[in-house]
Amino acid sequence: MYIYDEYDQKIVDQRVAQYRDQTRRYLAGELTDDEFRPLRLQNGLYIQRHAPMFRVAIPYGNLRSDQVRKLAELSRKYDHSYVHFTTRQNVQFNWPALENVPEMLAELASVQMHAIQTSGNCIRNTTSDQFAGVAYDEIVDPRPWCEIIRQWSTFHPEFAHLPRKFKIAVNGAKEDRAAVLVHDIGINVKLNAEGQVGFEIYVGGGLGRTPMIGDLIKPWLEPAHLLTYLDSVLRVYNRYGRRDNKYKARIKILVKAMTPEVFAAKVDQEWAFLKNGPQTLTDEEIARNHRFFTAPAYESLPGDDPSFLAALEANPAFSRWVDRNVFAHKVPGYAAVTLSLKQHGVPPGDATDVQLDAVADLADRFSFGEVRVSHGQNLILADVKESDLFALWEEAKRIGFATPNIGLLTDLICCPGGDFCSLANAKSLPVAKSVQERFDDLDFLFDLGEIDINISGCINACGHHHIGHIGILGVDKNNAEFYQITLGGRQGVDAQIGKVIGPSFAQEEMADVMSKIIQVFVDNREGDERFIDTFDRIGVDPFKNKVYEGRPAGRAKKEVEA
Amino acid sequence: MSRIIVDKQIVDCDAPILRVGEDGSFPTVPAAGLVFVSLPQYLAQKSELAARGDVGVWFAPADEPEQLGADAAQLAFIAVEFPAFTDGRGFSIGRLLRERYGFTGQLRAFGDVFKDTLNYLARCGFNAFVVRADKDIDDAVKGIDDFTEFYQSAVGQPQPLFRRR
Repeated sequence: MYIYDEYDQKIVDQRVAQYRDQTRRYLAGELTDDEFRPLRLQNGLYIQRHAPMFRVAIPYGNLRSDQVRKLAELSRKYDHSYVHFTTRQNVQFNWPALENVPEMLAELASVQMHAIQTSGNCIRNTTSDQFAGVAYDEIVDPRPWCEIIRQWSTFHPEFAHLPRKFKIAVNGAKEDRAAVLVHDIGINVKLNAEGQVGFEIYVGGGLGRTPMIGDLIKPWLEPAHLLTYLDSVLRVYNRYGRRDNKYKARIKILVKAMTPEVFAAKVDQEWAFLKNGPQTLTDEEIARNHRFFTAPAYESLPGDDPSFLAALEANPAFSRWVDRNVFAHKVPGYAAVTLSLKQHGVPPGDATDVQLDAVADLADRFSFGEVRVSHGQNLILADVKESDLFALWEEAKRIGFATPNIGLLTDLICCPGGDFCSLANAKSLPVAKSVQERFDDLDFLFDLGEIDINISGCINACGHHHIGHIGILGVDKNNAEFYQITLGGRQGVDAQIGKVIGPSFAQEEMADVMSKIIQVFVDNREGDERFIDTFDRIGVDPFKNKVYEGRPAGRAKKEVEA
Repeated sequence: MSRIIVDKQIVDCDAPILRVGEDGSFPTVPAAGLVFVSLPQYLAQKSELAARGDVGVWFAPADEPEQLGADAAQLAFIAVEFPAFTDGRGFSIGRLLRERYGFTGQLRAFGDVFKDTLNYLARCGFNAFVVRADKDIDDAVKGIDDFTEFYQSAVGQPQPLFRRR
């Protein structure tokens, strides 16, 4: 993991001092609400429904055990003893007092953490693959590049007040677990035929009100030029992105209005000035960042550990957990474990202080003291020996983090919704709960296989509903909470935006609606087909006809006419 | 006399900002004294104004430094308006004037300018600040040094941290 030197620490410490002064002046009436809002947002502080919400950055999802313990401690001291992990690998406190936030920041700085640019119209936390560095299908470890981008984007003086928020994701594996195609800038780290590293740059992807898949504007960018090229993209966006309408202010709208070709040409024009300038990466800087992400002290193991194989054989529940929650590692004899934060009946992504402390202990005992956060809102121990998996499973069960549902229907992604968030049109947590209650039979869930359900309480799409196989969006209809359903979305290398199936539903209908969708899948499924493959084969009509059966509107045209 | 910040010192300065009339007409430029004319007016009246050392040019956020181009290097004063501090286009204008078009004179920020914006502005090449009249300018000047270490290449320190650490 990256470790701060005196420069990194100084920058974070100066931020704490600056924010302490800003909070003091706000409370003294020297800063108005309108002035303080953008300042506090760039420090992760929202004013929410019941209390402020405070979002802390977890750069590309990487945490050390001492940092996890600090989060637990802060939740006890300043909050209601739990935290919420987000779809952008960050962590949120739901109940801090505004005047305590400077102190929380100071405590975070003591363990090399911060809340810099976790909200506001600036460059946000760079996200990546939760299995970076260990994934069996990895081409290039994206973490050193993420760290280089983190430093470049931190307090970038020119891009502090962009037209709108700006999100960058980096992927270095064959599968795309970082959702690069739905980010403002998506970067694939690649190798060419000569084995040299380079980047594929996508721009203009995003969810929200106008979901779009990003366009490839630079098929091959040499590493030294990464930052000058990013500077060029951001400068074009900062100067020409729309500022008159916040719903049209994301870079995707600019790219679409200019066309990707013209946008790319404009960036190249700017880049001609910046390329080879002082921001050009040096070999030493690239090497320096790579030194923080070397392999831990793995033991040389043959793999197929006999005690592990015996436990698999003897214990069907363990075997099921391994099947769902254990991910193939590139080093023989090791595995990456996902601790499920989707225990039925618990808000997705929530963890208590007791659970956090326990996870920190597990990380120290089993995984070199490191923890990852996934954009699926789960925690990962990335370097566990096969021979330790059974013991880890026993411990994880004890803290409620061993639900064997990763990738299954109840591993749903969900924003905090109207229970907490003042932007939300509708609550999302009760819908998540009703789905988890309806589908609580593990055997049935297991048989259904991989289904991504994503729930957002409003069009801002924090729950990424557009790229769920089944997406659920909370909408406001005459001051009542309703839910719109999309089908066929997906993330990854073939990312697609799901399509709305028809009129929305009341909250109490949602469990039945989900049952009907699943029933259509089961009735039409061939063999062990995944939900999304069945959907692609049979199309949306059978789903519409079942879900809107007996209703005035919503069934597929053909049937209505017949 | 109004007080403004120049090179971290608080000094007295009154320099009118001349705006283009609603009908598109250019206002009369006073015969003497520091004054800022809009970019369109400067471009239209360059032959008369360029010789005067006390006529500066002011940029609105949508104005393009490319239009002034190399002429920037001949000017002693340029100002950039920030109608709202959350409009960051002026940051790019500052850097382009300094880093691409060779402007070495006084670069002044005016409009929604207060303590919390000065550090970023200074790094983008601004060395003069017309702090909003309702804000404490003596406190605001301290904001320039909210941060003393930076990762990126910028105007005051073109070498990014990675070339210095």
